[in-house]
Amino acid sequence: MSPEHLLIADALLPARNQMALSLGAHIILACFGMAMPAMIYVLHRKGINGDDAALELAKRWSKIAGVLFAIGAVSGTILSFEMGLLWPGLMEKYGDVLGTAFALEGISFFVEAVFLGIYVYGWDKLDPRKHILMLLPMVLAGISGSFFVVSVNAWMNSPAGFTEVDGVVVDVDPLAAIFNSAVPLQFLHMFFAAYMVAGFGMASIYAGGWLRGRRGRLQELGILVPLTFAAVLTPLQPVVGHFAGQRIADEQPIKLAAIEGLAETEERVPTVLGGIYQDDELVGEITVPIPGLASFLAQNSFDAEIVGLDAVPEDERPPVNIVRFSFQIMVGIGTALVGLVAVAGWRWRKRRDTFFESTWMLRGIAVSGVAAVVAMETGWITTEVGRQPWIVHGLMRTEEAVTDGDWVWYSLTGLIIVYLLMGLAGFGVLRSMSKRWAAGETDLESPYGPSRLTADELDISDHDAVEVPA
Amino acid sequence: MSSADVVAAVMFAAITLYAVFAGADFGSGMWDLLAGSTQRGAKTRRLIDRAIGPVWEANHVWLIFVLVFLWTGFPRPFGQIMRDLAIPFWLVGLGIVLRGSGFAFRKFAPDIRSARIMGIMFASSSVVTPFFLGTIAGAIASGRVGTGAVDDETIWLSPTSLVGGVLAVATCAFLAAVFLTAEADRARDIELAEELRLKAFFAAAVTGAIALAGVIPLRNDAPTLFDGLTGRGAPEIALSTVAGVATLMFLRRRELRRARVSAVIAVAAIVLGWGFGQYPWILVDTVTIEDGAGNSATLTALLVASGIAAIIITPALVLLFRLADENKLAH
Ligand code: HDD
Ligand code: HEM
Ligand code: HEM
Repeated sequence: MSPEHLLIADALLPARNQMALSLGAHIILACFGMAMPAMIYVLHRKGINGDDAALELAKRWSKIAGVLFAIGAVSGTILSFEMGLLWPGLMEKYGDVLGTAFALEGISFFVEAVFLGIYVYGWDKLDPRKHILMLLPMVLAGISGSFFVVSVNAWMNSPAGFTEVDGVVVDVDPLAAIFNSAVPLQFLHMFFAAYMVAGFGMASIYAGGWLRGRRGRLQELGILVPLTFAAVLTPLQPVVGHFAGQRIADEQPIKLAAIEGLAETEERVPTVLGGIYQDDELVGEITVPIPGLASFLAQNSFDAEIVGLDAVPEDERPPVNIVRFSFQIMVGIGTALVGLVAVAGWRWRKRRDTFFESTWMLRGIAVSGVAAVVAMETGWITTEVGRQPWIVHGLMRTEEAVTDGDWVWYSLTGLIIVYLLMGLAGFGVLRSMSKRWAAGETDLESPYGPSRLTADELDISDHDAVEVPA
Repeated sequence: MSSADVVAAVMFAAITLYAVFAGADFGSGMWDLLAGSTQRGAKTRRLIDRAIGPVWEANHVWLIFVLVFLWTGFPRPFGQIMRDLAIPFWLVGLGIVLRGSGFAFRKFAPDIRSARIMGIMFASSSVVTPFFLGTIAGAIASGRVGTGAVDDETIWLSPTSLVGGVLAVATCAFLAAVFLTAEADRARDIELAEELRLKAFFAAAVTGAIALAGVIPLRNDAPTLFDGLTGRGAPEIALSTVAGVATLMFLRRRELRRARVSAVIAVAAIVLGWGFGQYPWILVDTVTIEDGAGNSATLTALLVASGIAAIIITPALVLLFRLADENKLAH
């Protein structure tokens, strides 16, 4: 390898890790940003109709959403920088192909940010009927924003909307790039995932509280409302995932081969649970083959042929084990969550009066939030690592896109530290919010006076202070 | 004008809006830093919290817009900028993260001590971030990006970059002081308003002095920009000067709403002056707007997107600022 080559290879590893870390963190926040407005809407509506606990919960959640949105926005900004800082090769060549979607995403951000500002700060000041309406643009912008950003990712999986002549991009068709063939399923799958993450996530917090003795109307709502959102979509998620698998079979067969750990092209391929892929085969103590399932997932027929990894040269294959493990974790969790909502749904229909007495179900709900996050993260690892070594499937290798800067290890280290601290601080802040609420206190007006100091002690003239009901 | 020019103009309009709106937010953070001890500064900090709480995220999105327009409309110059200016961009990114999370967290912090740490994080990164943004602007405007001088530190620490950084910081402080004075006055806190008015007066004078003195080093360090500023950009620079002087006058007379308007004009004009002064270059002395532009269909798409943005965002922003102005957004 030439020294130059070494330098590039040097940047690739930290750059990929950095991208994975920053996207992996941002996406969790984004899920809450996308899905919480709709959940708050339901609570706020109930509140307007006279349910005080629901109104209080809507108020609390809007404050939580405000904090999460703020760190979502800054982590998103980092991502925007990284598109250029880490992957200048990608942007220089394809920026004008994939960029239009980002521009439309930007409009969605504007709408979200504006109405979030109005909604979070509008409590007790705006006419309640108008106030609640501020959530609707946020719901819509959450949908459109995630559509456009996922569209960029889908484009990397299934590039469309341009032609390349001698390595130069010509004839760009921005609409064709946005509405590439991978976007419908990827978007739907992500959209459902976001509502599952936020739904199970919020419900799990209140279920955990319930198990520890925090019980009441507020906690009931805190479990039921988000759980309902998640429960409606959870059974649909495997169906969408199945169709996503079929798209991969058509367009990215090597990704599918990595998912299945399939060395050679075969018919009637089983899905093998467990095991490690080594020297072109799956080995391990416990491997459970399910005959024909992989063929069915890919082609809707138990006998169908699936392309194996040997169809392409070795340097065009993704790391099989990461992709396979991730995929199996996602599917495993997806199946378990379907089971959980089946139990909860059944209890709700048949045993409603003792719904909250089932400790086991509540324990399930209490862990479902983390499980949904893990499923979503492993899903993204499947998609992204499964696309390797391509950054744009079949057209540009990731090492062609990466920066030649020598600072990437530093930026990665810095990001790890900063995000770790931000995560810890964020966690502490959310905990302190919840403690304060539990103790019946409200937040103080002055930014520096959240604890014991009251407005009087700080000598703040109270000309226009808002009374916050306890 | 070609469609590349129009896209560049839209992008510059977004830069100007970012400078004005986010500038005021950054500057508020600086006054937060200077507000004094927990007790003494409480009033100022509370005012700042209310003034920027509901709007800062919307104001921040202008930056995203600029970036997206740059990489979509001008992909190759964008790549060059990011390759050459990675370090200041990382510093800006760090500033943005610490600032946003510090601001969001401090309100709900568990105790005074951690609130203070988060507050300091917010306030100090409010100084650092615009400084490095200014150095980035200076590096581009002085014709250093894309010349292959990446390893040369002066690429973003040249006299022009330093002028850019210092001017950005001063401008933010100036805008924020004027805005906050008006805000305090509207809340009928006369004492605080007077205190801030004095600060605004001081900041206006200093900023004006820096802006005028800053032109001098440009003559040798950034000749193309200097010619542009004294040529095509001269009317804007003159307008900015007039508006700056008017702001001083309005502040003196306590005509605070007018001071607010003229302060915005002073800042917007200087940013636009930079834009006009730099035309027709996207990367000064190396790549023109025309040559750096991406595919023409994409440029058209961007213009359509700008139209959609104008239709959707304008009423939303007007609503936000009107409600904020009517004191309907606070808690
Ligand atoms: C709550 C989260 C969640 C759950 C329960 C599932 N998935 Fe998933 N999956 C995602 C969240 C996710 C994701 C994170 O949202 C991904 C990453 C990229 C994408 O479009 O969706 C994804 C990707 C993804 C892909 C790759 C798509 C591509 O590369 O284009 C496939 C084939 C599946 N999923 C299939 C499934 C199946 C068969 C599931 C059955 C239970 C399943 N997923 C459950
Ligand atoms: C939000 C959910 C996402 C997650 C969790 C995620 C995760 C990841 C991971 C794990 C990698 C590293 C791959 C590797 O190391 O081999 C990666 C790479 C990357 N992703 Fe994603 N991704 C997401 C969405 C997106 C989207 C929407 C885009 C584009 C708009 C994108 C662009 C990239 C790029 C440019 C890389 C680097 C090149 C590469 O390694 O392929 N990702 N992402
Ligand atoms: C390379 C990929 C990505 C980039 C460059 C990116 C960029 C951004 C930026 C700049 C913001 C801040 C907007 C603001 O200032 O308010 C943001 C926020 C957001 N992003 Fe991302 N993003 C990426 C991936 C994703 C993905 C995969 C999703 C969802 C599927 C997503 C959903 C959101 C949402 C809903 C917000 C609103 C803020 C929040 O609720 O936290 N983003 N993103």
